[in-house]
Amino acid sequence: MLKLEARPQPSRLWRYASPLLALLITVLIGVLLFAALGKDPVRGLQIFFWEPIKSPYALGELMVKATPLLIIALGLAVCFRSNVWNIGAEGQFVIGAVAAGGVALLADKSTGPWIVVFIVLAGVLGGMAWAGITALLKDRFNANEILVSLMLVYVADMVLNYLVFGPWKDPAGYNFPQTKTFEAVTQIPRLMPGSRVSIGLLLGLAGAAALWLYLFRTYTGFAQQVGGLAPGAARYAGFSSRKALWVALLTSGGAAGLAGALEVAGPIGQLTPYVPAGYGFAAIIVAFVGRLHPAGMALSAILMSMFYIGGELAQSRLGLPKSLTGVFQGLLLFCLLACDTLITYRIQFRKALR
Amino acid sequence: MTAAIFSAAAVPRLQLTGITKRYPAVVANSEVALRVEPGEIHAVLGENGAGKSTLMKIIYGAVRPDAGSMQVDGQTVVIRNPQQARALGIGMVFQHFNLFDTLTVAENVWLGLGKHLSLAEVSRRISATTQEYGLQLEPARPVHTLSVGERQRVEIVRALLSKPRLLILDEPTSVLTPQAVENLFSTLRQLAARGCSILYISHKLHEIRALCTACTVLRGGKVSGVCDPRQESNASLSRLMIGAEPPALEPRAVTLGATVLEVRDLSLAREDQFGVDLQHVALTVRAGEVVGIAGVSGNGQKELLYALSGEDTRAAAASIRVEGQGVGQLNPARRRALGLHFVPEERLGRGAVPTLSLAHNLLLTRKNAVGRGGWLHLRALQAQATDLIARFGVKAGGPHAAAQSLSGGNLQKFIVGREIAANPRLLIVSQPTWGVDVGAAVQIRGEILKLAGSGCAVLVVSEELEELFDICDRLYVMARGQMSPSLPRAHATVALVGQWMSGLWHDTAGTALTETGAPHAQA
Repeated sequence: MLKLEARPQPSRLWRYASPLLALLITVLIGVLLFAALGKDPVRGLQIFFWEPIKSPYALGELMVKATPLLIIALGLAVCFRSNVWNIGAEGQFVIGAVAAGGVALLADKSTGPWIVVFIVLAGVLGGMAWAGITALLKDRFNANEILVSLMLVYVADMVLNYLVFGPWKDPAGYNFPQTKTFEAVTQIPRLMPGSRVSIGLLLGLAGAAALWLYLFRTYTGFAQQVGGLAPGAARYAGFSSRKALWVALLTSGGAAGLAGALEVAGPIGQLTPYVPAGYGFAAIIVAFVGRLHPAGMALSAILMSMFYIGGELAQSRLGLPKSLTGVFQGLLLFCLLACDTLITYRIQFRKALR
Repeated sequence: MTAAIFSAAAVPRLQLTGITKRYPAVVANSEVALRVEPGEIHAVLGENGAGKSTLMKIIYGAVRPDAGSMQVDGQTVVIRNPQQARALGIGMVFQHFNLFDTLTVAENVWLGLGKHLSLAEVSRRISATTQEYGLQLEPARPVHTLSVGERQRVEIVRALLSKPRLLILDEPTSVLTPQAVENLFSTLRQLAARGCSILYISHKLHEIRALCTACTVLRGGKVSGVCDPRQESNASLSRLMIGAEPPALEPRAVTLGATVLEVRDLSLAREDQFGVDLQHVALTVRAGEVVGIAGVSGNGQKELLYALSGEDTRAAAASIRVEGQGVGQLNPARRRALGLHFVPEERLGRGAVPTLSLAHNLLLTRKNAVGRGGWLHLRALQAQATDLIARFGVKAGGPHAAAQSLSGGNLQKFIVGREIAANPRLLIVSQPTWGVDVGAAVQIRGEILKLAGSGCAVLVVSEELEELFDICDRLYVMARGQMSPSLPRAHATVALVGQWMSGLWHDTAGTALTETGAPHAQA
């Protein structure tokens, strides 16, 4: 007989072991899934976990997808640690991309490379403004930030679609719903020739370091988190919950907007209806699997990026639907939530009494 | 008494032998034996953490023991759940009431009884029972309109309707005025006279001596003594309970300084639906004195403390003055900068963040380890926590121990220590020794007095009259959101303060202040 018994105090070991166990269970279920679909499970695992790291180019692609995931997750960690449930990073990502794209469209043959600075800034401000709507409604009317931020994702998609189907549509684009391809000068600088990895990766890593310092070495970072751990204690200490709300949403909105800017002015190079790739939602999983810790999130961003690439490869090589990516992402989060039980409980094996 | 009707050889109503319950970190009960005769009021006395609650939960079927046996009326039974306990005639009145505020008395009772009765029938039975025991309770009233004492009556009536032969009461008087305690006692005596056994859980010695005819004392999960409390003194019971007599507080000379806290005409509408409106509250605290606020909780103390600490900043600026400066609209951090420090009654979740280390919990109210530009100096922070742990004798795993890993008493010592070590000009403490063991309580009271001796103004809000009488120089009483006039300690008696707790100070305020009685002995 299995029995869950409360631990006297939360286990530190399982806090870190739980994501690994969750990954293991996800892989096992994946094997069963491949087998059930009549595919060779070994081949399936190879595609998800070996193909993305087997060559320098593949590694570069892995980083290209991990970068936006990490940047968004860093911002979300500030939110979730302060008990602000921003589920709408996807929308902030889209509006960041739209704002950055708008600036990129202003460039012509004579524009200097300084435009990149404004593209990035526009992305950050766009994301902040979109998250600011959620903050304002929560602050003024106590509107639930989960619902508001989530619904604003769909509004953001509409805004993007309106622009690419309407005013911003490329006149020479055979009526396809997309803007013209941005001028080369707007391209986010790449780290090395032959790879699509851009300075976005450096921004992400610098962001992770900055977040670590903020969370664990500054008084304001401490104050920010107390509201998430114990709202009553934050009120008692005099840490403003309104300030925490605005800081959290503006930070995560800005981060998501930055990721959007890096994406449209980087790998994509134009605005299309396919800009929203689900990074904003996947980053929620990245944040939790990484334990809301900067180093953990760097690792989980790479893992989640593997799922993205693996899903695409599974489509072309195994003939499996691309939604496999979403299945794996969901499985991982689901297993993590289940495994987290082990942090506060332990399993006792007992013979049935009587 | 009635108990004498039953001979000692009669079958006991309840007999426990060798009851043991282990939890991962602690043995809550070890080889506990307990024998309750029919019609007996039997006290179970012990400090917080002595294992009283676990034992009661075992009897009521909410927790299963690891070892030991239990007999009810001579029959060996294994009680698996509270339903079974009720079927055996065991009723329980919990310390924290389980009532729905929006439902009426009868509806609440009905919920516990099951569907086979109609609401009208339940109301009729409630009326019959209340008449039988002289309890006042209207079945049709919504629970949120009831006072705390009346709510407790609902719980008692609910338990009585199932005709219990053993009624367990867990710390029933902690929410009652002295007069309401007397009413409860007379009900319990009537009940016992009709043959119902009562298990009375408490750590209040004088109540046990006044009410109970037998007493089992627990210490550290073991039975440390069985006695007749009527034959014992507070000192002898206390020795059984904690193994030693609590050291007495040293008397102190009071040197009064300037007024530090002045509250004038403070009125505030309640923030939540079931709160209390503050009405024209006025009080003053001078440097060097300890001022107490007595009253049954839920009469506006919580709201007043929120307004004083700065957690509620809706008050007019001038209605709360600290050393002459109007602070009504300042947040807690700004008030702390003026020397106002506050110890709230909830330790976990308000006074401390449960999951954070003791060192990090210092940062809630202390900025000694915060450097220029807001950087944290973790070494300095740990050193500060280590000092505090040593200075106040906090039993903890060190500065890294999570706040939630400490016992209530030790965490309270840490929090009180954190605020005292800040050298405040004004310290406000709510329920300083709530749920704290006797030794720690004495230490905390001693530290508070020492602080006042060094010229700090101290305001203590407590439900425990004994405590207020012990440490305060002056008292106020709070009732229904209003504040009584100031009452010097020398003029305060339990009877008078009890009367004021019901809000009846207008008739006696004049006479009380002109009385020249010596300080009264405690009840």
